[in-house]
Amino acid sequence: MTPVNERRPAGSRIWHAAVAAAVLVFLLLPLLVTFLFSISTEWEDTILPQGYTFDSYIRLFGDERFLYALGRSFLVASMTVAFSLLIMVPTVFVVALYVPRLEKWLQTVVLVPFALPGVVAAVGLIKLYSAPPFAISGTIWILIGAYFILVLPYVYQSTRNSLRAVNAAELMEAAEVLGASKTAAFIRVILPNIMPGVIVASLLSFSIVFGEFVLANMLVGGSFEVVQVYLYHMMGVDGRLSSATIVTFFALVLVLYAFVLKIGNRKPRAGTPSVQGKEETV
Amino acid sequence: MAGRSSSRHQVTLLLLLLPFFLWLFAFLLLPGILMLVSSFQNEGGQGFTLGQYVKGLTHPLYTGAIRNSVLLSLVSAFVGLVAAAFAAYSFTTFSPKTRDRMLSLSNMMTNFAGVPLAFGFIILFGTNGMLTLLFKQLGLSFLAFDLYSWKGLAWVYIYFQIPVGILLIYPSLFAIRQEWREAASLLGAGTVQFWLRIGVPVLLPGLVGTFSVLFANAMGAYATAYALVTSNFNLLPIKIGGLVSGDVFPRVELGSALAVILFVILAIALFINEKMLRLARRGLSHDSR
Repeated sequence: MTPVNERRPAGSRIWHAAVAAAVLVFLLLPLLVTFLFSISTEWEDTILPQGYTFDSYIRLFGDERFLYALGRSFLVASMTVAFSLLIMVPTVFVVALYVPRLEKWLQTVVLVPFALPGVVAAVGLIKLYSAPPFAISGTIWILIGAYFILVLPYVYQSTRNSLRAVNAAELMEAAEVLGASKTAAFIRVILPNIMPGVIVASLLSFSIVFGEFVLANMLVGGSFEVVQVYLYHMMGVDGRLSSATIVTFFALVLVLYAFVLKIGNRKPRAGTPSVQGKEETV
Repeated sequence: MAGRSSSRHQVTLLLLLLPFFLWLFAFLLLPGILMLVSSFQNEGGQGFTLGQYVKGLTHPLYTGAIRNSVLLSLVSAFVGLVAAAFAAYSFTTFSPKTRDRMLSLSNMMTNFAGVPLAFGFIILFGTNGMLTLLFKQLGLSFLAFDLYSWKGLAWVYIYFQIPVGILLIYPSLFAIRQEWREAASLLGAGTVQFWLRIGVPVLLPGLVGTFSVLFANAMGAYATAYALVTSNFNLLPIKIGGLVSGDVFPRVELGSALAVILFVILAIALFINEKMLRLARRGLSHDSR
């Protein structure tokens, strides 16, 4: 579909601009005021702050507790993404090409996390892992275990779409005809080709894990304090630090999304049924 | 695929899939089974009883929580869907570059949920919130609302539904062709008539599907309501969280039963979405022929 804006009457164009602007402003407003709050000196009973300063950011990045929380969040997010890719990319590849009868089942399984809000998932995990023989509750391992499931739909979908878009079956056949072993073909041919999709999935998963609160709070809480749990504890104590934490978190999300956009634009988006080729410039 | 089914080949495949199966078993299947078993046990984790379900479905505290959650989810899913549909359709009328930017911005805001969202809304609509004060000063006090009331919570929920709704409804909007609008207007139909008679019916499966995902999204939401600490909302996820890991002595069995009830409600909502997606896809493929 080509948007035929020129054909629209002026009244309709103004209406659509107004609707889009109103919704986007509404969506951005809480973030903007959080930013404003983080750089305000005093903001008690006036509409706008009485003065501005970056003091809260200096304090935040001087706060050891915050830096540790940030480090833990990075650690748990990177390890989740690493385990997820290491296990899921080969799994999706093997199922798609060599065990197609499992495909339908896998598609259904990866959707289960959508019906499983954190609070429900936490119930069984707490029950299973807070007593011996697997007492890993309160450690990073239970978080990684649970987050792997949480990001499953995104990693699966992205990998599956990429495999389809690059026509993995044909690539494998071609590589094998040329004498490559299956392993070599997978590593040297398939992996580089599906990399953009895999990176997008990693970045999305990273931002999801970074923003997750419920499991982090219920499964490990204070014994492995991540950024979101730090934020929750700070909320009632120090509003400035909390707002600076939120803005920092969102700056990270912004960077991750910028990467996703860049990668998404460079190659034809995975999943769109289009022929890959250099000449495809829209 | 390769046609070779030597046993060594089979063993390699199995070994490659094994880590995934183990992970699934350890962090999805086994916890799920334990939760299910626990929901049929007495307090203390003994015997077999339907008592937890009976309590969950009859005790006013828990039926209240279920009712509140369902109501809040229905309202926020409906208002969120309407706002998202209007916004997403407006996005599609811009040039590809602009609309992609608008869409990514909106997609990014799906991350503004949970604790940060609660905080942002407190600065905006709290007792000394920016907009609360602004409305007062402009003499528009009727626009201000108590953030810690149900109405306030509904606004917060509507907020986080909108970007998710836009994300989901956006692709299906491309089924509406500008030519149809022109044809309809040539035949004398106004904008309202076009949407009522053609637009909404064409989009219906997509709208219903998105509605059910948004409903599920709100039913399971916990962090935002939990972070608005000053008020204790009686919502199903909050009740489950409190029963399982609350400061008061935990009652895991009852929490498990409520969690199973919540899971079943969500599974039904998402099942409806699956059916609707299939319907929408069938509609589209007929259309392209």
